[in-house]
Amino acid sequence: MSAPAGIPPRPAAAPGGARAPEAAARAPPCQNGPMQNPMQFPFGYGLHLENYSASSGRYPQVPQEAVPSQLNNQYVADYHSACYSIPVQSVITPSVGPSMLNTQQPQQLYSGAAHPVESAGGLTQGAISSASHLHTGVPQSYSALSSHCSSSTSSSVASQGFPLSSGHYAMPTVSSAVYPNLSYPSMSIGSPYGQVFTSQSLPAVGQFEETNAFPGPSSTVPRTLPHQVPLGYNSTSWSTSDFQSAQDNFNRNHTGSLAKASNQINTVGIVDSSHPVSQNVQFTKPGVETSVVSSAVTSSIRTPVSDHLTEAASVPSNKQPSEPLLQEAIDSSSTTSSASPVINNYDALEGGGYPETNTATSSPAPTPQTSRTPKPFGYGYPTLQPGYQNAAPPTSAMQPNNPGPHSGFQQYPQYPGVNQLSSTLGGLSLQHSQQPESLRPVNLTQDRNILPVSPVLAPVPNLNSDLKKLNCSPDSFRCTLTNIPQTQALLNKAKLPLGLLLHPFRDLTQLPVITSSTIVRCRSCRTYINPFVAFIDQRRWKCNLCYRVNDVPEEFMYNPLTRSYGEPHKRPEVQNSTVEFIASSDYMLRPPQPAVYLFVLDVSHNAVEAGYLTIVCQSLLENLDKLPGDSRTRIGFITFDSTVQFYNLQEGLSQPQMLIVSDIDDVFLPTPDSLLVNLHESKELIKDLLNALPNMFTNTRETHSALGPALQAAFKLMSPTGGRISVFQSQLPSLGSGFLHSREDPNQRSSTKVVQHLGPATDFYKKLALDCSGQQTAVDLFLLSSQYSDLASLACMSKYSAGCIYYYPSFHHSHNPAQAEKLQKDLKRYLTRKIGFEAVMRIRCTKGLSIHTFHGNLFVRSTDLLSLANVNPDAGFAVQMSIEESLTGTSLVCFQTALLYTSSKGERRIRVHTLCLPVVTSLADVYAGADVQAVVCLLANMAVDRSVSSSLSDARDALVNAVVDSLSAYISTASNLQQSTLIAPNSLRLFPLYVLALLKQKAFRTGTSTRLDDRIYAMCQIKSQPLVQLMKMIHPNLYRIDRLTSEGTIHVNDRVVPQPPLQKLSAEKLTREGAFLMDCGSIFYIWIGKSCDNSFIKDVLGYTNYASVPQKLTQLPELDTLSSERARSFISWLRDSRPLSTVLQVIKDESPAKTDFFQHLVEDRTEAAFSYYEFLLHIQQQICK
Amino acid sequence: MCKIIDQICLVTSCGCKPTLQNCPENSPAQIIAFDELKTDYKNPIDQCNTLNPLVLPEYLIHAFFCVMFLCAAEWLTLGLNMPLLAYHIWRYMSRPVMSGPGLYDPTTIMNADILAYCQKEGWCKLAFYLLSFFYYLYGMIYVLVSS
Repeated sequence: MSAPAGIPPRPAAAPGGARAPEAAARAPPCQNGPMQNPMQFPFGYGLHLENYSASSGRYPQVPQEAVPSQLNNQYVADYHSACYSIPVQSVITPSVGPSMLNTQQPQQLYSGAAHPVESAGGLTQGAISSASHLHTGVPQSYSALSSHCSSSTSSSVASQGFPLSSGHYAMPTVSSAVYPNLSYPSMSIGSPYGQVFTSQSLPAVGQFEETNAFPGPSSTVPRTLPHQVPLGYNSTSWSTSDFQSAQDNFNRNHTGSLAKASNQINTVGIVDSSHPVSQNVQFTKPGVETSVVSSAVTSSIRTPVSDHLTEAASVPSNKQPSEPLLQEAIDSSSTTSSASPVINNYDALEGGGYPETNTATSSPAPTPQTSRTPKPFGYGYPTLQPGYQNAAPPTSAMQPNNPGPHSGFQQYPQYPGVNQLSSTLGGLSLQHSQQPESLRPVNLTQDRNILPVSPVLAPVPNLNSDLKKLNCSPDSFRCTLTNIPQTQALLNKAKLPLGLLLHPFRDLTQLPVITSSTIVRCRSCRTYINPFVAFIDQRRWKCNLCYRVNDVPEEFMYNPLTRSYGEPHKRPEVQNSTVEFIASSDYMLRPPQPAVYLFVLDVSHNAVEAGYLTIVCQSLLENLDKLPGDSRTRIGFITFDSTVQFYNLQEGLSQPQMLIVSDIDDVFLPTPDSLLVNLHESKELIKDLLNALPNMFTNTRETHSALGPALQAAFKLMSPTGGRISVFQSQLPSLGSGFLHSREDPNQRSSTKVVQHLGPATDFYKKLALDCSGQQTAVDLFLLSSQYSDLASLACMSKYSAGCIYYYPSFHHSHNPAQAEKLQKDLKRYLTRKIGFEAVMRIRCTKGLSIHTFHGNLFVRSTDLLSLANVNPDAGFAVQMSIEESLTGTSLVCFQTALLYTSSKGERRIRVHTLCLPVVTSLADVYAGADVQAVVCLLANMAVDRSVSSSLSDARDALVNAVVDSLSAYISTASNLQQSTLIAPNSLRLFPLYVLALLKQKAFRTGTSTRLDDRIYAMCQIKSQPLVQLMKMIHPNLYRIDRLTSEGTIHVNDRVVPQPPLQKLSAEKLTREGAFLMDCGSIFYIWIGKSCDNSFIKDVLGYTNYASVPQKLTQLPELDTLSSERARSFISWLRDSRPLSTVLQVIKDESPAKTDFFQHLVEDRTEAAFSYYEFLLHIQQQICK
Repeated sequence: MCKIIDQICLVTSCGCKPTLQNCPENSPAQIIAFDELKTDYKNPIDQCNTLNPLVLPEYLIHAFFCVMFLCAAEWLTLGLNMPLLAYHIWRYMSRPVMSGPGLYDPTTIMNADILAYCQKEGWCKLAFYLLSFFYYLYGMIYVLVSS
């Protein structure tokens, strides 16, 4: 599998004909297995093979073939035309001539029509049976399409079918009008159709394919192999039942399209050929009646044909083409044709729906039932059908037919009846289904122990098992409502916010990296191909966001993982909802930038006194080699007090030169070339500087800080390349542009009324951030101050340049060792973590949804595009969504984030996450799918915005109202509940608790003395932290650790990790005899009760008794006792579960630090805030009002 | 981008009869601009940079007309314009922290609520200016004919 590593860049647009040979020449080594024809291999796959084989973890960066000019979708036109000619030759001529076709046609039609009468029982069973069938029958790929087909089979009943069908054609017109662009092409396809027959005796397939990519000359022989499998499958299923068989048929059709090229060959040519003709007949009809119909026609053409083909294929493969089977095949096909316009039309509208039969054969396949496929969904509340029931009249009317073969054409005329039926079915379905666990009403005021014993997990979207398996991990992508309401009205009724919580650049242990010269994307909305797209046939896929039908490019047909051809649905892009592409030069505006790091250090008296310089320089020295980057990595330093000092580190100097610029009003770069130097070339000088820096300013008397000018200089230095500026600041900037005044009034710290100055005092830092962002530079702020430094203003420099903010209140290297340790650990993580440069992130979502607001450290460049100068693995984002148009007609919605960034190695990469969620129509289902943690995090983000733009008290009221509104909305839906009790659905039972915790957070609390900077920092964290981290901050986990048992332990890397149950955050759970661990995300507190068991103190802490435990203990000693081992393994397990560093603090019951611990006990009453029970009563009062 | 300030300043023959003008038409520019933002054609920073310098002149011209109406003792017209004047003052007072003149902050302008608000504001003002233009025209002709 070793192809030449560096394939020479291909000329921009290779003439179509030349391509295939070229490809062949390029990838010969790849050919294995059945492939006989060299043409099949798309370009560049040789390379990919290697990549894939390494399938997990990071990929060795295979030098990516540049293929610079390979403009994505160019191939379409020339390519196909070129290829197309070939198949004609290679295919074995079918046995049937054109003349036969004509004769055959009527036969077929009639036979088909007649058949159902026998096979399909009474028509009367109609919709009901069919509907029920939906839920029960054929669990797996029960896609709309398949069902449609089956229905059509049955519906073909008798000759009346045709007239009726024509009648119903009229209906689709309405919907088809939506897709005007389709309409004309369809006609054109129709006409060439005829030609095909005459010119090539070959089945029309070729012609159809023309729209897609014809698989190419090679297809015949090799393909047969893979496809036989499906066939066999089908045959078995046929035997099972009528419905199934019919359905399968249809499945086959679609799969069949895959198979067709090969299979069609010898099989029942008659069938195929005749079929198209029959279709032609139909076309005329709609055409006459309404021209619009044509859109439907386009698709209809394909399906029947493919259908037939597969059918045909299946027959021979079965060896015994039994009469009925054949019959059925014929009939299904013919009837399909009659019904097909509807189906396809519908399909065209909705997108997806084709059960990509290929998948039927291969179970783990992508199951592209993106759209309204009536699959058996999760919890068994069949409401899942919603798409169906609420579909627009024309479509919904069609729907009921799909499921069962019995629903005949007769239904068409009676639309209203059908609609009613379906809607009642919908209503029934909810009631009949047993109530899912998440909807179980919980009486909040009576249930005292609502907190589960183990950490709360994200709810799993109510999808079928295939989709569930494929769906994006909740760690990187979460939606507040895992059941998306169908309309904005429904969403408003539910009173829950709709939004996404993203952690796109998370450190992943397993990530498929794909190197491919063409990245397959939708041509209209540019969505990346993902597991939730539908493969209509082997050559086309339907975008799951905009429903456009796209071609599958030739090279996508080859699957490097299985090394097989013709299985696009098994490619890693379609098997994983989180993938990373290595992008070509199309995705670059300029050559990938090197990693550039600039450190801007405050060296005023204050800073030197705090002693942070030693820690920073030491950490840098330790991690200099671990800084992410390649041979081009550059680094620079700027220090500032009342002047700005630059350091010339040019290679060749004997020691670093300091250049002082004292003109801070118009700061300039003294030697622009030698300030940012190559890390590897000047390493010695850099080390010298880092060793010297801490001592250089020890005797400084300069108290002023000219942060603004230093930042301007840094911006000038960075603007040619972009990169990362790390600013260390220790006080209020007092000189030059960007100077700030103290705005905090210490007397107002515990005010319950107005908290002012939450917004910036000047827009200097914001403007600077925007300039930096434009030059792909991010500014990260480390604020280490002991007094007020106006973080609200300073934070802007990071907020809008996609940086990150660290704050160390009252930092001092010796007086406050906890903070010093935290800085050290944070720096280690900060310096060595992954980094992405010049990144942009785009969030796409299914048509109908739109993005309302973004939260996080970012700059919004357009409605769905974020500009992130740098992206780091610890950054989280939140997105508020709104439903702009009703999602009628889809049962699934998808969200896709694509993060395009330059890795530290200078590669352009795209990380794509796709999340798929069901759409529901009833309020109860919306509640059932609520993800309370995501809801709370999104609310927190919104509340931060509100408190800055309006006021803190507004934000607090809004938070309380969010609970009141949603719970009262829930109570009013559940009419059988007593109005007087406070009831919440099980999914939202923690909602009041979390909101109360949020109200007691530093960011939003009132009445308790909170320094302004602390408050602002908490707000910054809420905005920029990923959900998991944020939840720990809002509602920490409390464990009792003095009696860790082996019960329920888990084994991680040969270590036994005890799993103590979660405790309520209430002092009632704290006993003096115990020791408790509180996990607040970035800090662990261990609280030791006064009369704590001496054995614990001895065995775990290593002291003789309680009195001898020191006040400031930040580490657990390694003792050789069982309890010590358990405690340490538990803590280190907690630590390992997060990327961020955590500090441990042991708190004795009488130490002054215990307020830090007790402020997190949110269920307790404080002077200024409710206890949990009081809060519930308050909510109940509000609801009853 | 055009800032169409078509003013018809006519002082009628008999002393200080009403001044008839059309107020500045900044709003169409705004509408177009916000639409561009929505449809992703322009970077919000650039857009704000083009829009912000237009805001204050619009407000000042409108205020100037109000003063003129006051001088001409056109109480009805003045009364019609007062709400807008008050709105302008309020709007400018509650603008985000900015060093330059203007209203629009590139970091928040893409927020769907704010964008929608700005767009709505633009349409309303456009309608108001258009109506008042015809009203002033009518007033001018009426005065010309009757005198």
